[in-house]
Amino acid sequence: MADLKENIAEHIESGRLKTDELILHMGPQHPSTHGVLRLELVLDGEIVVKVIPHLGYLHRCFEKHAEAMTYPQVIPYTDRLDYLASMNNNHGYVLAVERMLGIELPERVEYIRVIMAELQRIASHLVAVGTYGLDIGAFTPFLYLFRDREYILDIFEKTCGARLLYNYFWVGGLSHDVHTGFEKEVGDFVKYFRPTLTEVNTLLNYNKIFVQRTANVGVLPADVAISYGCSGPMLRGSGVDFDLRRDDPYSIYDRFDWKVIVGDGEVGTLGDCWDRNMVRMKEMAVSCDIIEQALASFPEGDVTTALPKRIRPPKGAEQYARVENPRGELGFYVVSDGTANPFRVKCRAPGFVNLSVIDEISQGHLISDLVAILGSIDIVLGEIDR
Amino acid sequence: MGLLSQQYDDGNIVLTTAEGVLNWARLCSLYQMSFGLACCAIEMMAASASHNDIMRFGVIPRPSPRQSDVMIVAGTVTLKMASRLKRLYEQMAEPRYVVSMGSCSNCGGPYWEHGYHVLKGVDRVVPVDVYIPGCPPRPEALLEGWMRLQEKVRTFTTVRPKATDNAAA
Amino acid sequence: MALSTPSIFEHLTAAFPELTLAHDEAAPCIIVPAAGIKDVCLQLRDHPDTAFDFLMSLSGIDFADGTLGVVYHLASMTHKHKLTLKVVVPKDAPHVVSVEKVWRTADWHEREAFDLYGIVFDGHRDLRRILMPYDWEGHPLLKDYEVPEFYNGMKVPY
Ligand code: SF4
Repeated sequence: MADLKENIAEHIESGRLKTDELILHMGPQHPSTHGVLRLELVLDGEIVVKVIPHLGYLHRCFEKHAEAMTYPQVIPYTDRLDYLASMNNNHGYVLAVERMLGIELPERVEYIRVIMAELQRIASHLVAVGTYGLDIGAFTPFLYLFRDREYILDIFEKTCGARLLYNYFWVGGLSHDVHTGFEKEVGDFVKYFRPTLTEVNTLLNYNKIFVQRTANVGVLPADVAISYGCSGPMLRGSGVDFDLRRDDPYSIYDRFDWKVIVGDGEVGTLGDCWDRNMVRMKEMAVSCDIIEQALASFPEGDVTTALPKRIRPPKGAEQYARVENPRGELGFYVVSDGTANPFRVKCRAPGFVNLSVIDEISQGHLISDLVAILGSIDIVLGEIDR
Repeated sequence: MGLLSQQYDDGNIVLTTAEGVLNWARLCSLYQMSFGLACCAIEMMAASASHNDIMRFGVIPRPSPRQSDVMIVAGTVTLKMASRLKRLYEQMAEPRYVVSMGSCSNCGGPYWEHGYHVLKGVDRVVPVDVYIPGCPPRPEALLEGWMRLQEKVRTFTTVRPKATDNAAA
Repeated sequence: MALSTPSIFEHLTAAFPELTLAHDEAAPCIIVPAAGIKDVCLQLRDHPDTAFDFLMSLSGIDFADGTLGVVYHLASMTHKHKLTLKVVVPKDAPHVVSVEKVWRTADWHEREAFDLYGIVFDGHRDLRRILMPYDWEGHPLLKDYEVPEFYNGMKVPY
């Protein structure tokens, strides 16, 4: 064996045997690219030298549609951007339009929005953690987490009639009030849900195999994260204490008492895949805190009083509104030309920006670690390609 | 054997046709190519997770097209993706089936009018066996579509058509 | 300390006397000439009073009057203030200096603006299409864009 190795080395040195980099295409159909992403990998044996992402396999022309629709008609399309977090997407868009029109919202609307957005955050993180387990090779946690997600979807379904894409937040209010018994159902869910987080921690996150696959892999230093514009759990996983719900407050998040979760490098290096995943786990508990406080002071009232009859922001008005989506900073830049259709809607998708860092953090890792890194970014192709 | 235990007087003989056995075996183990495109894929995942559990129909997701019988086109097919989708279909072994899930792959869905980069219906590139309407279809709708596909497999015949069949038809 | 747009404007006019900057109070935003945008951005990022270390978004826009625009939304993590910059270029020669070396976020955003609007970012290391196929013709978000009848043998309109 040793002879053979020396022989090969000798051949390479003398130039008789050539080595070359290997180019491998991963996707667009690949079980762990979470949709239709194509990665062009430049490999040196098993080691990743460069990753070139090719996007656009799900480019559904959102921005063109937004220019051809009236303001309320755009809301269903925002649902379909990040289909795991439709409520938060609605929130970002209606916030921008409301600020252009200068609408004051009733108390109850704000409370319902916060509760719905936080429930949606839990549902989205459940999918993120569950499919991350799948990528790493753990099938069972996926079933546990999808079971809990179904309970949230049931609540959404009772309120807005849809399981996935809701069109629930409207400009100036909501499409309709929550159903009777909503408070109790949400309260029950939160009580049921907290202990299951511990269960998932024992099943998945502190599992030895899982830790070995994810700790010290794909380390993203804080300054790189900021320069690339990463946000959400990507940024906080690297130890940057930044959350739009606290640092650029919108809606009524400043009324509640909650804390921003940051990664701490508990089992590996700060900013590795495990940290990003753990930030998601802990954020679910924080969302539960927010929901409980909101339920405790849930006001009565009418949710349709502020709905405008006619939505026509003044000519030349423009607004950039950003909200904290489960994946990070979701921004909508809306420009009006005084007609019933927006002149321009630009969506700043968190996944689009977070994904751009993949080349930087996967260089020098094994090709199997690339799957772990890609899963920890938690991409949704709908918003990346728009 | 549960239900069947000690139900027969003698032997383990069941009379059926070769065709019946073949079709029964095939329809109970239709392997699905795990391949999600957009929002509908999330409902497809929900269908294979707890609560709905599509695996009780004998569906096992296979990552490779060469091992699978059914392609569920779950989501929006864009022009950039369409040629890849056709390629995947061609890689599948015969007999192969295509389920088109959701309005987008049926006809372009919400993107039919201004979607300059959306293929208006996957049936423009591959033949489709079952269409499931909805945006997104519920997991139950996917199960229903799956049962329709099983019906289709059940009526598959190995008998060569006779000249009289054509005359009757 | 958080600064408002007018005070940042004053700061910039003092730092760049040779550039013609304009302050649009309605939006509010600062309009910067296309050639000077990179220097302005570097100054905004590196000066400790402004410290804009975060590029929130970079959007192309077609004003439908023969001009295209690029809108930069900046934020500072330390001072928690925000700023909007705008660049307006003629549609027949849409050249803007790239800020990709200032914030890495701009890399993909500029590729997107190039893809959808045809704005050319001078100095960008890898200006390719990002969303549309590489062999696509035209820039689809332009207001006068016409959808082609066929792409690679597939019919495009419904
Ligand atoms: S049919 Fe609706 S839910 Fe399904 S992919 Fe299309 S837009 Fe998404």
